[in-house]
Amino acid sequence: MNKAVGAAVDRVDGRAKVTGAARFAGDFRQDRMACAVIVPSAVARGEIDAVQTAAARKIPGVLLVLTRENLPALHLKPPGEEHPYTEALTSLIDGKISYAGQAVALVVAETLEQAQEGAAAVHVRYREDTPALQMNEADPQAVFPKESHGEKVQYVRGKMDEALTMPGMIKVDAAYFNPVETHNPMEPAVTLAWWDHDHLNVYDATRWLVGTQATLADVFRVAKENVHVMCPLVGGAFGSKAFRWSHTVLAAAAARMLDRPVRLELTRAQMFTWMGHRPESRQKLTLVAGPDGRLIAMRHDTSSATSPTHPFVAPSGVVSKMLYAAPAAQTTHKILPVNRATPTYMRAPAEAPGMFALECAMDELAEAARLDPLELRLRNHADIDPATGRLWSSKNLKACYEIGAEKFGWKQRPLAPRAMTDHGLLVGWGLATATYPGHRRGCAAAARITANGKARVQSSAHEIGNGALTVLAQAAADAIGWPLERVTFELGDTTFPEGPPAGGSVTTASLCDAIDRAVRAAQTKLMETAATLPGTPFAGAKPEELATAEGKIFRRGHPAQGLSYEEILRGAGMNFVEAEAEVEETDLKTKGFTIQSFGAHFCEVKVDPALAQARVTRFVSALDIGRVMNPKTARSQALGGIVMGLGMALTEETIYDPRTGRPVNDNFSDYKIPVNADLGAIDVHFLDRIDPCINTLGCRGAGELPMTGVTAAVVNALWHATGRRVRDLPVTPDKLI
Amino acid sequence: MRAATTDIAVGYMAGNRNAAFVAGGTTLVDLLKLNAMTAAALVDINDLPLRRIEEVPGGGLRLGALARNSDVANDPRVKQKYPVLSEALLSGASPQLRNMATVGGNLMQRTRCPYFRDGYSACNKREPGSGCAALGGYTRSHAILGASERCIATFPGDMPVALLALDAVVLTRRADGTERTLPLANFYVSYGEDPAKETVLDHGELITAVELPATRWLRHSAYVKVRDRASFDFALASAAVALEVEDGSIKSARVALGGVATKPWRSTLAEEALTGAAPEERVFAAAAEGALKEARAQKHNGFKIALAQRTLARALGAAASKAA
Repeated sequence: MNKAVGAAVDRVDGRAKVTGAARFAGDFRQDRMACAVIVPSAVARGEIDAVQTAAARKIPGVLLVLTRENLPALHLKPPGEEHPYTEALTSLIDGKISYAGQAVALVVAETLEQAQEGAAAVHVRYREDTPALQMNEADPQAVFPKESHGEKVQYVRGKMDEALTMPGMIKVDAAYFNPVETHNPMEPAVTLAWWDHDHLNVYDATRWLVGTQATLADVFRVAKENVHVMCPLVGGAFGSKAFRWSHTVLAAAAARMLDRPVRLELTRAQMFTWMGHRPESRQKLTLVAGPDGRLIAMRHDTSSATSPTHPFVAPSGVVSKMLYAAPAAQTTHKILPVNRATPTYMRAPAEAPGMFALECAMDELAEAARLDPLELRLRNHADIDPATGRLWSSKNLKACYEIGAEKFGWKQRPLAPRAMTDHGLLVGWGLATATYPGHRRGCAAAARITANGKARVQSSAHEIGNGALTVLAQAAADAIGWPLERVTFELGDTTFPEGPPAGGSVTTASLCDAIDRAVRAAQTKLMETAATLPGTPFAGAKPEELATAEGKIFRRGHPAQGLSYEEILRGAGMNFVEAEAEVEETDLKTKGFTIQSFGAHFCEVKVDPALAQARVTRFVSALDIGRVMNPKTARSQALGGIVMGLGMALTEETIYDPRTGRPVNDNFSDYKIPVNADLGAIDVHFLDRIDPCINTLGCRGAGELPMTGVTAAVVNALWHATGRRVRDLPVTPDKLI
Repeated sequence: MRAATTDIAVGYMAGNRNAAFVAGGTTLVDLLKLNAMTAAALVDINDLPLRRIEEVPGGGLRLGALARNSDVANDPRVKQKYPVLSEALLSGASPQLRNMATVGGNLMQRTRCPYFRDGYSACNKREPGSGCAALGGYTRSHAILGASERCIATFPGDMPVALLALDAVVLTRRADGTERTLPLANFYVSYGEDPAKETVLDHGELITAVELPATRWLRHSAYVKVRDRASFDFALASAAVALEVEDGSIKSARVALGGVATKPWRSTLAEEALTGAAPEERVFAAAAEGALKEARAQKHNGFKIALAQRTLARALGAAASKAA
């Protein structure tokens, strides 16, 4: 039988999505549903002095104006403990404002329009303080975090001081800046909540169903089993839409107070202040190399911004611990509070900014050493993980460089900048490495094989546009031995066995093993059933004498005399057989190895020197994500990541008013995500080599790797075109003129 | 209300101070949602017979006020006789928006100043007398020409810049039935006491058409636009120019700038510098420098001075190559 895994299968939800039939969390309604609208703080720092709600309450249709006066008790964990993201509503509890946009009130009305009118009629008086809106390196409130997700972020190996002062060495010292970026998924965050006595039901646009469930249970002091969270499809997240966001809590609180369903959808502008963002960061890179370009030491110092309430760190320096075989390396991280919302994870949260800085610095080192940037990277290739001394589970970076360079034509690249032109445009070629860890999370799945020849597998995972519904159905189909058409994967519901969050590129890499085990357990039950069936070739057989393949059960050695699963189930008078299984985050196979993905990006830019217009005309990526489950959806993931990296390089930046701290470009027109016209040819090549350690199928996540390094490849190509090093993102015309 | 005739449309407006015309809605609906504009009533003029593009006696072209941007941009007569107009239209917005936006509505496009659009900041345009939050704020997109202490908002459009270079004329109809013929050069007002007043139109005065002159050398015209993104983006700087070249020298020139001023900006200084000179790069650069002589930068938009000069020089080169 043809395997489903590895086939370029169309998305199973593709037709529903392009015809508008697909239902996202925001598409659901309930009888008697009321609509809520947030009244945001106009100031960035201070206290709420008074909230006048009388006018709002008089507006026809307004049911409730929720303020500090009437907010019910919410059992929030203190800041710094677990996830901090209910800060948007803590202003409703203590009246303290730490950023512009924080909640001052919530207006609930019969219709959205009435709630909007009510929100506009709420008048707020503040006692205003001067906000801190810029990172201040000398800030006494600076925090030096020890770790991020168990990874040490203040790190040193080798003899740093000695290496930094060694005479006769080539040294690169450069500082790189990346501004705040906002996720901007197409679908805004939305919650529809209603109570059924002590049972809370929620449709929520979330990429972590069980996280939302657990935190709602905490906040409202109800049993976890009494919180039902549903999210059939997520319209993009990129790192937003997880954890305990305030709008979800507020919708549930209002629903309880009014005893009716309440729907709260963030506006596009509120998506800039209620869902986190990628923090701005300043990264200083110091690279010391011998005359042959071999690194002796590398130092990576990161300062990034956080909110006054929570020390969020995007540990950009982690890439400098492991990417190159430098005997000495050091990373430091400092976080500086500004009056803004707490940042959060955004696609490759450490690696996207970290690889921008490191791979640009490597390009500067290549220039200083008069080496081809690819040759420099080959000379510094890390054959083992230099941070831990462990073997890599499966590293094919040299093959990525080779294949990418070949497809791009890298060999033709002149070493000097400003050496290529095309009809008056300056042409430049740049490259960068890509890397992202191969994570796996503990999770569970249930498989049901039915007598009518259909199977379904369930887990509370998420379809965030990544293709999970399709790829996981492929994994299930092969495990069962049935064609894909007969197998459905279901996700998006907390009544299913616990799925992983859609973050850290873990969904497929984690769930494929849980699915495999659940299916095997169901097949074992089928064999046990078969052994009890009279009048069959294997009546009375011991289970270990039976085997299964391609949807049939047979005596070992006699596959031709098998019976199908349907025949066995019908014979036993059963409608279905079902089993559940789970996997742990690590096991014997994963231990002792560093599981990491790698890749290489090659970029061509053309720059109009007079008009300072830069366009990426050609992009080639060679990526190793282990086994490729589905070339179509994997390519789509890679294109999305590359385009996001191009946006980071050339156009994307969240800008805050220098006096009020409010975002001034909080819309799709002014926050500039690349459009089709910005994209040249993008050629993605996957190595498709099995990782023997991560799971039974050998697949690592595809979500984040493609974005890492893209920005550096573009910036390096811009240098090659123009001879100018721009170290301040995004590289807009004003920086090139 | 949905107006069946022009008389009904302008008549309704006469009795309703807070009503507004709506055609394609690409600006108005957006701003209504943002609370940057409010209207007690909308007069839908899409049924009025103002959609045609037709030649007028004497060889000019009349664009009905409801002609869609995409129809004008792709009209073969426009492409051939007024390429600057087609190029400007095609550089604006996205195909979806161009299919909705109209000639009349596009003339009335409002600024993209974030402090105007946010619906809450101090803004003399949105709420006369409230001040200008853009001054001292984030000013990358703001005007370097024509700004005042009351307002530094940029006129964002492309089409009106091209129409200005073409010496187009706006035809209107008022509530009392009278009609006006307004040269585009006089259509937009400089920001004076009241930045909310952007054109010479009276309340309820309806744009019915725009007329383009028959002038043959307008085919030697070009539009150049510089922006952060390759599409769906407003100009950091743009230039619309037309050149009449005879016997190796420039006989007449039309120069208009976009994205840098409070209104589509005609530069008579540049036109004078070009007239009588040779169509060559040195001359273009000098004219471009002259066009920006009076430019004044805010904190974040200083780069626009050099950028606008280079954009204009590039457009002059493009027009000259068509005239050669």
